Amino acid sequence: MNYSSVKDKAINFSFVAPAVLIFSIFWIYPFIYTFILSFQEYDLISPARFVGFANFREIFSDPMWGKCLYNGGFVTLWALTFQNVLAFMLAMAVDKVIRCNKFYRVVFFILPVLSEIIIGILMKLLLSTEPAGRDVLNNLLSNIGLGAFSQNWLGEDRVRIVTAIVHCWKGFGWAFVIFLAGLQSIPEQLYEAARIDGANAWQSFTKVTVPLLMPVITLILVLTILGTMQTFAMILALTGGAGGLTTVPVMYIFFHVRGNLAGLACAEGLILGIILVTVSFTMFFVSKLVRNKYGVLSR
Amino acid sequence: MSVALSCILPFFWMINVSFKTQAEFDKDYGINPAARLNFENYKTVIVKESFWKYFLNSVMYTFITVLFIVMISSLAAYSFSRLDFPGKSFIFYLFLTAMMIPLPAGFVPVYVLLNKFHLVNRVGYLLAMTNMGLSLSIYLLKTFFDQLPRDLEDAARIDGCNKLQIWWNVGLPLVAPALAVVIIFNALTVWNEFVLASLMFTNYSFMPLQVGLMEFSSKMVTQHTLIMSALTVAALPIVLLYIRMQKQFIKGLTAGATVG
Amino acid sequence: MFRTKNMFFAVIIIGIIITVSILGCCPAPQQAASNPQAKQVSKKITIWHWMTDRKDTFNELAKKYKAQTGVDVEFMLFFPPDIFSQKVIAAARAGNLPDIFGILGEKKTLGSFVKAGHILDLTSYMQQDNNRWQESFYPQTLAVNIFEPANSYDVMPGIYAAPIDTTVMQFVYNKSILQEAGLNPDNSPKTLDEFIDYAKKAKEKTGKDGFVCGFGEGWLLHALATEWAINIMGEDKFVRTIKGEVSYTDPDWIEVFNIFSKLKDSSIFVSNIASLNNKESEDAFSRGKAAFSFNGSWAVNVYNQLNPGLDYSFFSLPTASSKFPAKIWGGAGSSFMIHAKSANKEEAVKFLKWLTQKEQQIVLIKETNNLPAIKGCEAELPPKLSVLIADLFNLTHPNIWPKNEDSRVIEVFDSGLQQIVMGIKQPKDVAQEVQNTKDRLSKK
Repeated sequence: MNYSSVKDKAINFSFVAPAVLIFSIFWIYPFIYTFILSFQEYDLISPARFVGFANFREIFSDPMWGKCLYNGGFVTLWALTFQNVLAFMLAMAVDKVIRCNKFYRVVFFILPVLSEIIIGILMKLLLSTEPAGRDVLNNLLSNIGLGAFSQNWLGEDRVRIVTAIVHCWKGFGWAFVIFLAGLQSIPEQLYEAARIDGANAWQSFTKVTVPLLMPVITLILVLTILGTMQTFAMILALTGGAGGLTTVPVMYIFFHVRGNLAGLACAEGLILGIILVTVSFTMFFVSKLVRNKYGVLSR
Repeated sequence: MSVALSCILPFFWMINVSFKTQAEFDKDYGINPAARLNFENYKTVIVKESFWKYFLNSVMYTFITVLFIVMISSLAAYSFSRLDFPGKSFIFYLFLTAMMIPLPAGFVPVYVLLNKFHLVNRVGYLLAMTNMGLSLSIYLLKTFFDQLPRDLEDAARIDGCNKLQIWWNVGLPLVAPALAVVIIFNALTVWNEFVLASLMFTNYSFMPLQVGLMEFSSKMVTQHTLIMSALTVAALPIVLLYIRMQKQFIKGLTAGATVG
Repeated sequence: MFRTKNMFFAVIIIGIIITVSILGCCPAPQQAASNPQAKQVSKKITIWHWMTDRKDTFNELAKKYKAQTGVDVEFMLFFPPDIFSQKVIAAARAGNLPDIFGILGEKKTLGSFVKAGHILDLTSYMQQDNNRWQESFYPQTLAVNIFEPANSYDVMPGIYAAPIDTTVMQFVYNKSILQEAGLNPDNSPKTLDEFIDYAKKAKEKTGKDGFVCGFGEGWLLHALATEWAINIMGEDKFVRTIKGEVSYTDPDWIEVFNIFSKLKDSSIFVSNIASLNNKESEDAFSRGKAAFSFNGSWAVNVYNQLNPGLDYSFFSLPTASSKFPAKIWGGAGSSFMIHAKSANKEEAVKFLKWLTQKEQQIVLIKETNNLPAIKGCEAELPPKLSVLIADLFNLTHPNIWPKNEDSRVIEVFDSGLQQIVMGIKQPKDVAQEVQNTKDRLSKK
């Protein structure tokens, strides 16, 4: 390697240097720290004790951790199916409507704009029922003649599903705008070409829309999984865990940090991270495979 | 349509309730558009609880962090997309991985390190917040750069521009649509952040709006209308920013969406 | 194209100006705070706390202290408590703890801080002039901050913090609801059966609910269960359970879990009690939605703010057994520690002494309606609080027991109780689950 090429590479690297520098201080360094901690018994104050894989063994024998993953998975499943299908259908509908397009774009994205705390506080007030709460939603329902629908929203038999739906409701705006953007980027000529070839609406949907949206769909699925599995502030504000029914992994990790079990919490964080990394990269990979196989080019 | 209603109703309800007094609220929970505009709650929240101070802080943090992120991530994304250096894809995937692994005790070592450099203040906070937005921004901008034609850059190179000049004069203007996405996305994150801020600052006059909101809502749990005013103060600016930028936002997403 | 580029430049220039101005003005006060030399000159005491309700009172007291002694005191509030704890830990590690601070959590945490050398041993100050400072406190209030010789935490014996108030957990009842239900409003239920009976009657006659409590916050359930457990098996057996000598599947423990299932079956709970937080419970009780509640002594202040006309009274645990005397969950509500490496520690001790003097304690009582930490204020207490004075000699609290239960066992215990209260789990299954967790952790 000659001098000018090395210099060239150095200049190229210098472009990423600020990002890498900040990233090293605020992510790589604490990541290494987390990694080391996960093999220790440590409360962050008194001297740490090396315990090998004991933390990991404990997590795998802890039924509650499994339950938390299940709860998180439950909400994620709802988000993946209900939230994304809803977002997709709305995006399809709005894509066709030109006139109110802007109105919907604003309205659907209001919820993602608000913070989890705001949504949590707001929904708790709306959903909680008498006597401890104010029955706001039920009152509204009966005001518009839907009193029959009023119920105990956060009761034990439906708290889990209501939590999942509130989460989807808050999050679908993201999927909506990304889907909409994806749909709008499909050139009209492709649909026309399909029509000329005699494709009906369903065929042009499956043969044109879906393949071209594949990358968008992958992106949304990955973002949904990452966002949902790591959520907890809204759920904490809304139900506070509800006897383990809505305890999600990050909430559980957070409890352990509070209980001075930093080593254990770090190990749990790592396990969750490994799961998420595996799932996300697998999805990216599979998406690429599918695209290559069917010869759908990204534009 | 009903979904649209469900999105916007709670928001209107929040604003509507924020104008009521607690007594009015206790009588009627519903939306009452005819209610007179009573700014008493806002006066309490903004003046007496000094939300205006938090507000200014938040505006400042959001503005500066977003600026940092735009500059740093577009530089990095340009390099990842166009230039070559050893370990390129490894570093890029490292950035992606950062979105996926929670670091529950990560704050403590960072704080200790920052304290050594006397950075446990606004500078440290701004840098930490910048870091939070880097991963996704770099990812978005890189995919955007990847699909841009290189002709313009080649032309600029022939004209004698160096790499930095090409990034500034050609690259940045070309990714302008994607920058709207980066700006909105990061403005949301910074505006809504409170954990890092309350951990980092020891001086209350540095705190952003969400910290004030947390404290306020715990103190006033049962003063629903006051809380709603505080929520409105915290939510409105970012909603307005989105409404102002939504056209560019969608355009940016549209332009960058098909690559993924 | 040109226009947008100019805009872009303008934005960047403004950004640089703002950044530089922050960089210029910001580090100065920060460095002063982390630099002990600078502090010594200015003689300023910095205090970190988490008590949103006492923010204004503390600031007033600081002003008063400044007027009396010329020493600046700055109270800094950080919220919520979880973040406060993290902040204190980070500051301890970075070596920039304030002069005075609070530590939330188990006694083990306090022990860790002491062992790491962050906290000043107050014993010698407490024992000056024939134990004058130490004896001014209610013994059981101070006890949570004392490490006895040969304690299970391996901490040097000593007194490591000064309590500023006392908290006790008690039942409350709404007198008007009892009256409406045809019960004697001056006669509170003495036993568990009586309690259930009263609550049921109140519910039938008035349509209001029987019992409200913030069971969504696990520790409230835990405190209540502990009171009944000690009543049923005695404090000795209770502590032996924590030590691992008695199983949670012991018949006595099953009885404790059964109480909650019995309460659930008598349908006196408000709906969703297992996801209520304490504030919501206080709101509901103060609006007269339920006849009974279980809450801390701070409730006097809260109810007073929410509904000054509320006619209520405290009463002791309705006993589930006559075998052992009931004990009351309580102790120091909040305590302050002094940073051992603080350059101002003598000043800080003086301030804490001042804060726990009668005059200042009375200010705190008056402003926040909390029970005092020191003896001798009884006459100044509002009537609602003075009935609780007798309890102060009959307290129990995890931080006075010789050992703390593992926080993971408590977690399973609390969420198990929540599930009993929700009616989705049987008491004996919960007991088994708690014991399994305990076995699993002790095996390690």
